[in-house]
Amino acid sequence: MQTLRRTPLYERHRDLNARMVPFAGWEMPVQYEGVIPEHRAVRSDAGVFDVSHMGELEVEGPRAHEFLQGVLANDLDKIEPGQAQYTLLTNERGGIIDDLIAYRLDQGRYLLIVNASNREPVFEWLKGRELPGSDVRDVSDEFGLLAVQGPRSIERLELGDAPAFTFAEQELDGIEVMVNRTGYTGESGVELLVPAEDAPELWDRVLARGAVPCGLGARDTLRLEVCFPLHGNDIGPDTDPISAGLGWVCSLDKDFTGVEELRRIKAEGPARKLVPFVMEDSGIPRQGMPIAGGGEVTSGSHSPMLDRGIGMGYVPVEQSAPETELTIDVRGRDRRARIVTKPIYKRQEG
Amino acid sequence: MAADESYPDELRYHPQHDWARIDGDEAVLGITWYAQDALGELVHYEPPEQGATVTKDASYGEVESVKAVSDIIAPLSGEVIEVNQTVIDAPETVNEDPYGEGWLIRIRLSDPGEADTLLSADTYQAQLADQ
Repeated sequence: MQTLRRTPLYERHRDLNARMVPFAGWEMPVQYEGVIPEHRAVRSDAGVFDVSHMGELEVEGPRAHEFLQGVLANDLDKIEPGQAQYTLLTNERGGIIDDLIAYRLDQGRYLLIVNASNREPVFEWLKGRELPGSDVRDVSDEFGLLAVQGPRSIERLELGDAPAFTFAEQELDGIEVMVNRTGYTGESGVELLVPAEDAPELWDRVLARGAVPCGLGARDTLRLEVCFPLHGNDIGPDTDPISAGLGWVCSLDKDFTGVEELRRIKAEGPARKLVPFVMEDSGIPRQGMPIAGGGEVTSGSHSPMLDRGIGMGYVPVEQSAPETELTIDVRGRDRRARIVTKPIYKRQEG
Repeated sequence: MAADESYPDELRYHPQHDWARIDGDEAVLGITWYAQDALGELVHYEPPEQGATVTKDASYGEVESVKAVSDIIAPLSGEVIEVNQTVIDAPETVNEDPYGEGWLIRIRLSDPGEADTLLSADTYQAQLADQ
């Protein structure tokens, strides 16, 4: 029996009567008031998520940049200190060990924020391939991480506007935080990295500024509505980025682990593709459900904004075009869905 | 709004968190406050067909929240004579009023004697307290 880890905000979640669940070895809040109201708060105003379970790795040294260029799929030459980049750690087969965000702290210093469930595998992978002059350290336990997301999040926090995928040291109600213009909801917002001991105080300040506490349940429905892949569901060590629609993250003109395989898949064209779909019939698609013709659902849920079942799944490339009708086996019942273009949910303008 | 916790005395309960309101040779069935609370906001109800046979202790349908799907267990056996369209159209009705507007099906009992095996509100609540 393994003991579940707790974030620095565990007591705060308890005080708010959150429903706690095991997730990737952590005891995390899945919901407070309810997934649907929390989801709506993020789409209409501002919500705050404790994502302190995510891993933080620091890579430092005169050869840190060269080292990471050889193991990460995206091109780090495209970012400067103060900028961040969505990227992938790939294996020799071109499979995705993790999807992560690389923050360039300095010319020779990076912070990688990785999925909680992949913290150890990513650390081991990098540690085993370090170059002399590039040091990898797991600094996860030193930090708390709060995602504040929603169209009014920046205004409520009074942090000022900044381009997406940039970051800066800023002060929020007297607390020093690293403000990252990133997120996993499709809304504007920030992710706030703080020393673990300051996390409860920061959480209180963010709630006092009107952000609604949101759990992992809403985090999942929010990301699915905008088709952000979830590692372990939609992507993994046995799936490649080309089939997953993440070719844009891969700089195939540079050398990195698995690039030859990815060039081959790109040249030949993938046999299957990850597609987003919306249910036409009633029923909620779930991970693992078969799609007629040889496909499979990798993520499925109920969309609070569309008020119907939505999902993503792999289908053979010849049945992957938008508007194609799919038949999903929902526990023995055939239910129709239709492939849509990304994102599944688009805000109504005006 | 979610309902407050309650277990009406006039209902009979199945240990797997289902209730029956028995009226002669008919019964209305639903899930208890505890069941809807454990699931969270319901977003889908997969009902049986009208005319279908339901069997005590077996699943007759499904209810789903955003995160989970659950079989609905029949507390009694019989034939489905009505399905609650309100819950099909608005599954959250079960959260709002689990013993009233949120009923799931009405059946004609095939073996009214089965009712003797069900729990009283007090016994059911004692079982919840032991969990």
